Amino acid sequence: MGDILQIKNIDKIYGTKVKTKVLHDISLSFKEGSFNSIIGASGSGKSTLLNIIGTLDKPSNGEVYINGKRTDTMKKNELSDLRNQAIGFIFQFHYLLPEFTALENVLLPYRIGNSKPSKEIINRANELMDFVGLSKVKNNLATDMSGGQQQRTAVARALINRPKIILADEPTGNLDSESTENVYSLLREMSKESNTTFIVITHDRKIAERTDRIIELKDGKVHMDMNK
Amino acid sequence: MRLPFKIAVRFLKSNKGQTILIALGIAVGVSVQIFIGSLIQGLQKDLVDTTIGNSSQITIKSDTEDGYITNYKEKLKEIEASDDRIKNLSVVVDGPALTQGGNKNYSLLIRGFNIEDSNKIYEITDRIYEGEKPRDKYDALIGKDLKEELGVKIGDTIDIVTNSGKSKEMMITGFFDLKVASINESWMITTLDTSQDLFAIQDKITSIEMQVSDVFESDTIADKIEKNLESNLEITNWKAQNEELLSGLNGQSVSSLMIQVFVMIAVVLGIASVLAITVIQKSKQLGILKAMGIKDRTASLIFLFEGLLLGIIGAILGVALGLLLSFLFTKFAVNPDGTPVVSLYIDYTFIAISTLIAISSAIVAALIPARRSSKLNPIEVIRNG
Repeated sequence: MGDILQIKNIDKIYGTKVKTKVLHDISLSFKEGSFNSIIGASGSGKSTLLNIIGTLDKPSNGEVYINGKRTDTMKKNELSDLRNQAIGFIFQFHYLLPEFTALENVLLPYRIGNSKPSKEIINRANELMDFVGLSKVKNNLATDMSGGQQQRTAVARALINRPKIILADEPTGNLDSESTENVYSLLREMSKESNTTFIVITHDRKIAERTDRIIELKDGKVHMDMNK
Repeated sequence: MRLPFKIAVRFLKSNKGQTILIALGIAVGVSVQIFIGSLIQGLQKDLVDTTIGNSSQITIKSDTEDGYITNYKEKLKEIEASDDRIKNLSVVVDGPALTQGGNKNYSLLIRGFNIEDSNKIYEITDRIYEGEKPRDKYDALIGKDLKEELGVKIGDTIDIVTNSGKSKEMMITGFFDLKVASINESWMITTLDTSQDLFAIQDKITSIEMQVSDVFESDTIADKIEKNLESNLEITNWKAQNEELLSGLNGQSVSSLMIQVFVMIAVVLGIASVLAITVIQKSKQLGILKAMGIKDRTASLIFLFEGLLLGIIGAILGVALGLLLSFLFTKFAVNPDGTPVVSLYIDYTFIAISTLIAISSAIVAALIPARRSSKLNPIEVIRNG
């Protein structure tokens, strides 16, 4: 399998007067369908790296390629389309839209890229809700669900457009251990089924050890890169 | 287009209190605008109506030395053909005369009318509070004030002397009150042929009077008539004779417009500031939407739609409130006889324009938050949690 994602010699510097270098010359590539984890102490630059991969942030130096296309030089609208089609995000704080129901939240990425959801897509959203075990609460507003339910909704939302890459930043950061277990087994199942590349940030070594590849960042550098 | 609209609706629904507050703000602005506009327009209509409603709006007099118009019937036809807004066309023979009461002399203005025609302008028959209109030759009506001066009653005769030296006995058939003291004191209304006879002018007349359906166009209509007629006639219109009234009306319109503009500016500032806060309130949602690939343009559309929706709701509420306010005003601000102090003029075009202005102001007000939301960088939200 080829590389879906490549970063070459990434630097990231914050600030103009007092410069803080968060990432030092990082080069990585990720195989299609792989399940990767990034670990590291807080401040090691893992979120910054993930945001750069996800095109939400731009590197100060270096190149980012998604599916062979260079993204760090793309225009804002191109990036929006790319994020919408090729990348699914799962954030630590769920970030569902509280004004919409769970099912509507799941459909949002589709609706951003297209005008009206077709029957197939609505069926797919329902299937995803089933898959994450939320068919009973799918018509609840996001605020009327537990943290675990919200995060599982966010997982379903990340999958609706069948993206090539799913980026998750501590997706279980504020969930209890049972929900954590739940969400991770979901993610693993997804990656097996759909040939989607997962990159997950976690501070939990136990979880990291169950992934195909562990990348550890330390002070903005790749400290360890271990394939299983 | 559907998605930002839907999001806008949801955002508005989720903050019901805020939405109602802004919509009420717009509504109050619109209602004030409609109320003041209707009030001022009503006031002006009233004023114009009382000032010139019962007088000749365009008057044609002779420019010749003797001051008489010959062949007036032909001229009437020509005038009538000049513009279809001309109405209540009538002919008059005016002339001065004197009469005596006790030891005093009173100067009179003899006005010979075709009563039927002139009635349409002066509403003479409605203004006769005692007696009836002149029928036969040398019948005459006099005003309330002259009646009191002379101490006459119906059926009495008055001796008059015209400027040509002719003296005649006039028979009083009634008394009128045209609500203007100088007219009530001096006018003596009689028939056209009586007047022609008194001044010995046969089939000539002294002036042609008329009204027009659009009073503010009387100057242009007068110009049109002038082009059609021969040059020895002099045409005047009420606008030329009432410049002060016109400038007064103008001042009123301008000040009413100023009030309306400032009310609208206040409303726009209000909406803009509340919507700007909404952008901050919704920055998390905007951040995630942008991370999921919503384009900046679409994100700003959300707030433009919010402005549009608020504008529409506010305008509808405002029109209802404005009409209610106007209705209450005509019910409670009344004269002792029960008629409204100022009868409001409800102009639907004006209301439609106010509505459009309110809606577009709301959209303009939404431009600032729309710009802010377009500029919002998702990474700020994602990074700061």
